[in-house]
Amino acid sequence: MVASSEMMSVGIGGMEPPPLDLDEVHVLAVDDSLVDRIVIERLLRITSCKVTAVDSGWRALEFLGLDNDKASAEFDKKNNIKKLKVDMIITDYCMPGMTGYELLKKIKVSTFPPIFDSGNNLFESLSESSSFRQVPVVIMSSENVLTRIDRCLEEGAEDFLLKPVKLADVKRLRNCLTGDVKLSNGNKRKLPEDSVTVDTSLPPPPPPSSLTLSTNSSDSSPPLSPVEVFSSPLSSPEEDDDVLTSSPEESPIRRQKMGSPGLD
Amino acid sequence: MDAHVAQLQMQYRNYILSLYQQGFLDDQFTELKSLQDDGSPDFVAEVLSLFFDDCVKLVGNMARALDQIGTVDFCQVGANVHQLKGSSSSVGAKRVKGLCINFKELCEAKNYEGCVRCLQQVDIEYKTLKAKLQDMFNLEKQIVQAGGIVPQVDIN
Repeated sequence: MVASSEMMSVGIGGMEPPPLDLDEVHVLAVDDSLVDRIVIERLLRITSCKVTAVDSGWRALEFLGLDNDKASAEFDKKNNIKKLKVDMIITDYCMPGMTGYELLKKIKVSTFPPIFDSGNNLFESLSESSSFRQVPVVIMSSENVLTRIDRCLEEGAEDFLLKPVKLADVKRLRNCLTGDVKLSNGNKRKLPEDSVTVDTSLPPPPPPSSLTLSTNSSDSSPPLSPVEVFSSPLSSPEEDDDVLTSSPEESPIRRQKMGSPGLD
Repeated sequence: MDAHVAQLQMQYRNYILSLYQQGFLDDQFTELKSLQDDGSPDFVAEVLSLFFDDCVKLVGNMARALDQIGTVDFCQVGANVHQLKGSSSSVGAKRVKGLCINFKELCEAKNYEGCVRCLQQVDIEYKTLKAKLQDMFNLEKQIVQAGGIVPQVDIN
């Protein structure tokens, strides 16, 4: 399932891996308010995170490669796009079109790369193949509504922040990402090691009948380079800046040894 | 020159304190200031500028919606109020935020007269705040030009 090119990039077989940004945490921030995007971006950057800020749930799915866009998925596969590294997703709750809650649900049932059935619909499998399902999703809201908070936590949100978000809130989230992640129900789990890379131990999912990005092809799952994602004119300039500076490569082995130098 | 700088700094301190005391700003503004540093010296100015752009846009939307006399879409007005409430909260614009809270209730009650009045107040309030903050930034500039540093103001 993992092609030799993937193995080379993780340093197996004595190959020199490319320089990796091991301790760089990459956060995807989603908020329809420009003011809030700028603020959350600043808060995250202060806590040493790379940030990509988008203005809607759809853009977030696009960025993650989870949208139902077969054309871009095939483009990515053809061009052997590197996989995207996202360590946390932080989203506003109240957004037009798709709420943060709806985005949370879509991420929690997602697979990557996207797999399409014969009707060209996104095949939402519950398999444990690499996806963004284990990436912590944090919800932000200006309204302190208990039922809303409960609903989000039940759907698997990592945390719920009340707006206006403060530096202390973000620092707390950041600290969670550098060690074991504590779930809201008190259980601990390891850092999501498959938020990006392919899990070599699992069998590939059954191949759908139409051409897809299925991981059982000999090329393995097509990694997604942030630059390539934005080859389509769908992003806003501010996102491009963030995207172009982030480094997508990541080794699963090194990832688990991720330390937190200089963090309070 | 030092005396001049000291005087400007005192003026600045008093001005900031008065903005908080008169309820123009709240602790979220303090939070924003704390995010500014030598690497990002214009952060607060940048965020506020975006906020005021937002105000112009949203007030315009609301005015247009309220202009449709007889067929006012109060949900639409309410959606814009919600957005304004959000961004005013994020920058610490306390009075604007407070007005938005009232405004939201008026939308829910579909109180046309109330909404029109409230919108006028919002318009005045954000413009007043803008002028006050402009004065604040000007004072900062004067201090720096006079060779001094802009003091951190402890509002507690």
